[in-house]
Amino acid sequence: MHSILAVDDSASMRQMVSFTLKSAGYNVVEAVDGQDAFEKAGSRSFDLVLTDQNMPRMDGISLTKKLRENPQFKATPILILTTESSDQMKQAGRAAGATGWLVKPFDPSKLIEVIQKVIR
Amino acid sequence: MGDMTSEGSQLSAGIDLSQFYQVFFEEAGENLERMEQQLLELDIEAADDEELNAIFRCAHSIKGGAATFGFADVAELTHQMETLLDKLRRHELQPTSAMVDVLLASGDALRAQLSRHQTGTGDEVDTTELLFNIRAMVAGEAPVTALVAAAPAPAPAQVAAPAPAPVPAAAAGPRTLELTVGPLSDPSQANNLLDLFKEITDLGTIEPLDGGQAEAGMRRFKVVTQSSESDMLDLFTFHVSKELVRFTPLPQDAASTPAAAKEDDLGYGFFDDAPGAPVAVAKDGDPGYGFFENSPGAPASHVTSEAQAQAAQKPTAAKAAAKAEPKGAALDAATIRVSVEKVDQLINLVGELVITQAMLAQNSRGLDPVVHQQMLAGLTDLDRNTRDLQEAVMSIRMIPMSTVFNRFPRMLRDLAAKLGKKVELVTQGEATELDKGLVEKITDPLTHLVRNSCDHGIELPEERLAKGKPETGTITLAASHQGGSIVIEVRDDGRGLSREKLLKKARERGLHAPDSLTDQEVWGLIFEPGFSTADQVTDVSGRGVGMDVVKKNIAALNGTVEIDSAEGYGMRVAVRLPLTLAIMDGMSVGVGEEVYILPLSSVVESFQVEPGMVKTIGNSGRVVEVRQEYMPVVELEQVFQVPRFDFEHVSSIMVVVEAEGGRVALLVDELLGQQQVVVKNLEANYRKVTDVSGATIMGDGRVALILDTGSLVRRSRH
Repeated sequence: MHSILAVDDSASMRQMVSFTLKSAGYNVVEAVDGQDAFEKAGSRSFDLVLTDQNMPRMDGISLTKKLRENPQFKATPILILTTESSDQMKQAGRAAGATGWLVKPFDPSKLIEVIQKVIR
Repeated sequence: MGDMTSEGSQLSAGIDLSQFYQVFFEEAGENLERMEQQLLELDIEAADDEELNAIFRCAHSIKGGAATFGFADVAELTHQMETLLDKLRRHELQPTSAMVDVLLASGDALRAQLSRHQTGTGDEVDTTELLFNIRAMVAGEAPVTALVAAAPAPAPAQVAAPAPAPVPAAAAGPRTLELTVGPLSDPSQANNLLDLFKEITDLGTIEPLDGGQAEAGMRRFKVVTQSSESDMLDLFTFHVSKELVRFTPLPQDAASTPAAAKEDDLGYGFFDDAPGAPVAVAKDGDPGYGFFENSPGAPASHVTSEAQAQAAQKPTAAKAAAKAEPKGAALDAATIRVSVEKVDQLINLVGELVITQAMLAQNSRGLDPVVHQQMLAGLTDLDRNTRDLQEAVMSIRMIPMSTVFNRFPRMLRDLAAKLGKKVELVTQGEATELDKGLVEKITDPLTHLVRNSCDHGIELPEERLAKGKPETGTITLAASHQGGSIVIEVRDDGRGLSREKLLKKARERGLHAPDSLTDQEVWGLIFEPGFSTADQVTDVSGRGVGMDVVKKNIAALNGTVEIDSAEGYGMRVAVRLPLTLAIMDGMSVGVGEEVYILPLSSVVESFQVEPGMVKTIGNSGRVVEVRQEYMPVVELEQVFQVPRFDFEHVSSIMVVVEAEGGRVALLVDELLGQQQVVVKNLEANYRKVTDVSGATIMGDGRVALILDTGSLVRRSRH
C-alpha cells in the first residue's frame, strides 16, 4: 500500500485530497503546512509528497528544497499544487527539485490521474 | 446558481464534492474573519510584509477552495482581491485606506455569497462595482464610485449547521451552465434533451460538448438559460433520471474566472527528468501540469522512476516563506470540531447524573454510617466526581468573549466614519469564557450598547478638543469573572449622562421624577420604554429600540444591568450574567405539598409575617409593609391553585423577589433551602406555563417548577 504525504493549510482542501486518495486505496498522512510536513517526513518515508505552494510557516517550494536535502527523499516524487502555472513558478519548482505541478482547481479524478502517473 | 446539489459538485472519480462543502464554508468563514481583523489592524503607513502576506493567504485560501468546489462567483471575487493583495505584498503598490475599504466591502460580499451557497437562499450578490474598483486599484487608479458594502454581512455560519435542503433561487439573468448527464448505458438517450429545448423555446439554448461523444457513458452539454436548475430537472426527468444530471457553472469569460479550465488543458504537469516523473507523454497545448527535466525522482524518457538523480542544480533563491505565527495550524492540530448537539446531549446526560446523584445522597442520609461505611464513602466520591464532570462538560460549551468582541472593531470603524467621530476601541479580558448559548444572546444587547456609546456618548472631535479632551474618544469593552457570574462592561469617555436632561425628559413623558431621586435612580430612567436621550433621533440608535429592550433581553438571561456615569466624563454600563443557562442557583420554597424554585439572583430577603403587616387595599389586592415600603403580596397558593389538605395551616413566610425593576413579596409555607438546579426547558418538553420559566428534578425525583419572577412582578402591576 503506497503512502502519500498531503500538505495543505486549507482544511477543506486537505479533506478533499485525503478522501480522494484514500478512496483510491492510498495511505494518507496529512500535514497543515510545510513545517509540519517536514517534521512528519523526518520520521518516515513516503511514496509521494503532494504539497500546496502557498502556506504559512513554510511554503511548498521551500518544503521541496528541504526534503531533497534528505537522502530518503532524493527520488521521491514531489508534486506542487498551485493556482498559478506561470513560467516563474515552474522555474522555482524545477530549481527546488520538484517532480511536477498540478494546477488548482483540480477535480478528484484529475488528482488520481496524475498520481497514477508517478506511483506505479 | 443557488442550487447546492447540482452546483459545483462534479461526478468525477465517483466522488461527490458536496460532502466537503460544510468544511469549506466553515473554513472560508474563519478566513474572512481573520482577513477582516488583519485589515483593520493594518498600519497603512508602515504595512509590514508579514501582515500583507497573511491577508493575501486568507484570500488565496478561499479562492483555492471556491474554485475547487465550484463556487465561481466566490472564486472570481477572491481572485481579484488576491491580485490586488499580491501587488501590495510585492510592494508594487502602496496600501491606501481606500483599498482597505474595498477589501473590507469585498469581504462582506463574499460572506453574502457564501451564505447564499450554503443556505441556497438569497439573491445573487452584485459585485460589479467591487470588481471594477479592485481592477482600477490594481491598475493604480483611484476608485471611481463611492463604496457601498455589497450586501449586509450575514452572521457567520454556525458550526454544525445542517445543510438545508437546496432551495434554488430564481436566476437573475441568462447563465451559462455545463450540463453533465450520465452515466448512461445508452448515451444517445441524452439527445432527447436537445429536442426538449427545441420544444420549449423559452428554456434557453443547449449545445453538445465533446462533439456529441460520450465518455464513460457521460455526456456533456453547454446550456444557456434563465430557468433555475430545479425547473430544468423537473423537465429532464421525462428523459433521464434526476440523479444522473449535474449542473456546473460554465464561465462565459475564461479570463476572468480562475476556475476555468480549458478543454485541452490537463491541469497538471511534470518536469522532465524530475524525480518520480513518469515517461512524458507529449500533449498539444499546455497540459496544466509538468515534470522538470533531470529532477530527482523523475523518470527519464527511457528509464524507470529509479532514474539516477542529477546533481542538484544551484537552486535559484526562492524567497523563504516569512515566519507566520502558526496560529491557524496549531489550532487545527490541537482542536476538534464537535457538533453542538453532541455537547448538549452530553450536558443533558450529566444533568440526569447530577439528579441521580442528588437522589442517592438524599436517600443515604438515614443510613447508619458504621454499617454502610463503604457505600457512604463511595457516594462521597460519586458526589465529587459528578461535580467535576459537570464542570468539565459545562466548560466544553464555553467560548471566549473575543468571539463577540471581534465584531466590534469593524462596526465601530464604519459607524465612527459615518458620524464623523474619532473612536478607538479597547478590549480587555477577551479570554473570559461564557456559555455559547449566552454568547449568542448577549451579542445584540452589547451591540446596542456600543452603538449608543459611539452615537450619544463620544463627542465630535472639535467638541472634544474644546473640552480639553483628546480628539479621539475611547470605548472600552471589558469582560471579567466575578464570583459565579461574568461581568461585561461597556465604557466610554464621552459626554456621560445629564441629570437635568434625564429628569426633564422623564417629566415630559409624565413619569414621576422628583429632584430627590438618587443619581442611580436617574440613570435608571433610560431603561423606561421609549426613552431616548438623543436630542434628535439618528438612524444609528434611538429609534425607539432603546435601552428598555436591552434591559429586558438581559433580564431574560437572568442578568442585570448597572449604569454609572459622570457628566462630561463618560458612562459605564455593566452587564452581569450567570455563566450558564443550564444550571442556576435556586431557593426552594414549599407551598402545601408542592415545591417551587426561585432564582437566587432575584431573591432579596425573607421574613416571618407578623399579624397586621398585610393590608388589603380596595379590591386591588393585598400589600405588605416592609421598612416603610409597601409591596404587593403574591400568594403562590392562589396563583398555582395548590390543593390544601390541612386547612388549619396559614402561609406565614414572605420572600421578597426583585425583577424588572419591581419588587413583590411571595407568600409561602416554608423555605426549604438553597441548591444548584439543572434547568429543564418546560416549553420544549411540555408547553409554556404562565409564571413559570422552567422545571427541574429534585433529589427525591419529584419535578419542581422554576418560577418566572419577572412575570410575577408584572402580574402585580395590574
